[in-house]
Amino acid sequence: MPFDLVKKATMAPSSPPPEVDRSALLIAAQKKQIDAARLRKVAEKASTFIMPALFLGIVLASWEATAQAFPGGLPGPVQVWTDSQELITDPFFDRGGVDKGLFWHILTSLSRVGIGFSIAAVVGVLAGAFIGTVGWARKGLDPMFQVLRTVPPLAWLPISLAMLREAQPSALFVIFITSVWPIVINTAVGVRNIPVDYINVSRVLRLHPIEFFFKIMLPAATPHIFTGLRIGVGMSWLAIVASEMLLGGVGVGFFIWDQYNAARISDIIVALVWVGLVGFVLDRLVAGLGHLVSRGTAAD
Amino acid sequence: MPPLLSLENVYVDFERDGVISSVLDNVSLSVNTGEYISIIGHSGCGKSTLLNVVAGLVPLTLGAALLGNREITGPGPDRAVVFQNHSLLPWMTVYENVRLAVDKIYGGKETLSQLHERAMTNLDLVKMTHAIKKRPGEISGGMKQRVGIARALAMEPKVLLLDEPFGALDALTRGHLQDTVMALHSRIKATVLMITHDVDEAVLLADRVVMMTNGPKATIGKIVDVRCPRPRSRLSAFQDPEFLRCRQEIVSFLEQHDKVAKELTDA
Repeated sequence: MPFDLVKKATMAPSSPPPEVDRSALLIAAQKKQIDAARLRKVAEKASTFIMPALFLGIVLASWEATAQAFPGGLPGPVQVWTDSQELITDPFFDRGGVDKGLFWHILTSLSRVGIGFSIAAVVGVLAGAFIGTVGWARKGLDPMFQVLRTVPPLAWLPISLAMLREAQPSALFVIFITSVWPIVINTAVGVRNIPVDYINVSRVLRLHPIEFFFKIMLPAATPHIFTGLRIGVGMSWLAIVASEMLLGGVGVGFFIWDQYNAARISDIIVALVWVGLVGFVLDRLVAGLGHLVSRGTAAD
Repeated sequence: MPPLLSLENVYVDFERDGVISSVLDNVSLSVNTGEYISIIGHSGCGKSTLLNVVAGLVPLTLGAALLGNREITGPGPDRAVVFQNHSLLPWMTVYENVRLAVDKIYGGKETLSQLHERAMTNLDLVKMTHAIKKRPGEISGGMKQRVGIARALAMEPKVLLLDEPFGALDALTRGHLQDTVMALHSRIKATVLMITHDVDEAVLLADRVVMMTNGPKATIGKIVDVRCPRPRSRLSAFQDPEFLRCRQEIVSFLEQHDKVAKELTDA
């Protein structure tokens, strides 16, 4: 330690200083510390990859063990691999009809989510801004929204089929109606919580309502809006998979149902992994976008 | 010459849960062009309300507030406010914050380069041109307040309203900013209304110090003229008998109106 070196050197002032190159010792000590810190960093980084892999291994192994112990139930991972090798290794095949690789099913489902969720985002933010600004609208509508938002996605499906009569728009409606509530409610909260100071600034500057909306309200409410969007995108992914099961055609939800009817449980498990991964990516995409857009908003 | 700003028998009541509380009770004040007015009083005496009436952010219940010959009916850029906590928009850079004000008031009337020039001139007045690309979160409290002042100045207001502008700053930064504001006041001949808690600050900067009685039903208790010659400096001010007289007068007024001290002596 450098501190000890200094101490030693100052202890005997009368005797000649020991013949040691102190600066070299200091450098060596510092180097040791730097190396140790570097090693800690590497270990930390590695553990973020190693730990998930380790636990994934444990889960897979116990799954396999359970499947071996109770034959005739769910297939184990090894069984899934042998049953559904083509599905896993080639997501892009297309033999016409609904006999396609999972990529195409996912893509169809995603495009439905893209459309339904985009409409929900625009409508939700506008409605939320309105409700957050206008007192009587909030008082009148908030109780209704709080009730409607708890209605499960699938419960909307019969109504939307009765209303729209066709599968495709019904699926879009279900996505819309499921994901719009968290967006409306969170936007309204964000808008209501805009600091009075920002509102005063806009009043002193006499900003036009449209200017106020884009320059003050949207940026100030951005963190809340993205919380709503993130919940919304997750819910719309839940909704699409469920509604496609009933609607048929191409789509990952229908794929799962179709494989169930064909008793191909391994294929379903593969599809579930895809659904989970895509949902995860969607969530991260919206979160990342929010982070990018609201950069600086929180910093004050 | 008629006063630039005049408050005539202003009453402000607030209603909350059906209970009406009177905040300002018969306040009258005239401010001439180029005058620097400090408003001082204990917490809760309605200083901020008075400033907000002039800003147009708080409607008055009775009486009249006039700017020039026109009644104040709402907020506007001719009465720019520097808020206590700077209230810069955190998602905009320093430059964009000032530019927002410039664009709003001069956009469409001037070319883009003139607008840019305006923003830069005002940032230069407060010596902040070095940080134009920074966001408010990346600069110190004193710098934020300077940008807030630049934004207000950029509106070229008839009256500049400062709501405890230095309240949240450390003493050293505070001193610097006081110098900045004094220099600006003499340079651009601004008319300023400033709220403060600090007696020395009130006297050092002002031509007149307005003392408010305690609320509720607060009103102007006393006004003292500060006849110290300008330019003033913090150092020599304390040797100026006029400065000390004003200071003395304010301190004794505030002590008379100090509720807490009164309760302690009564007990």
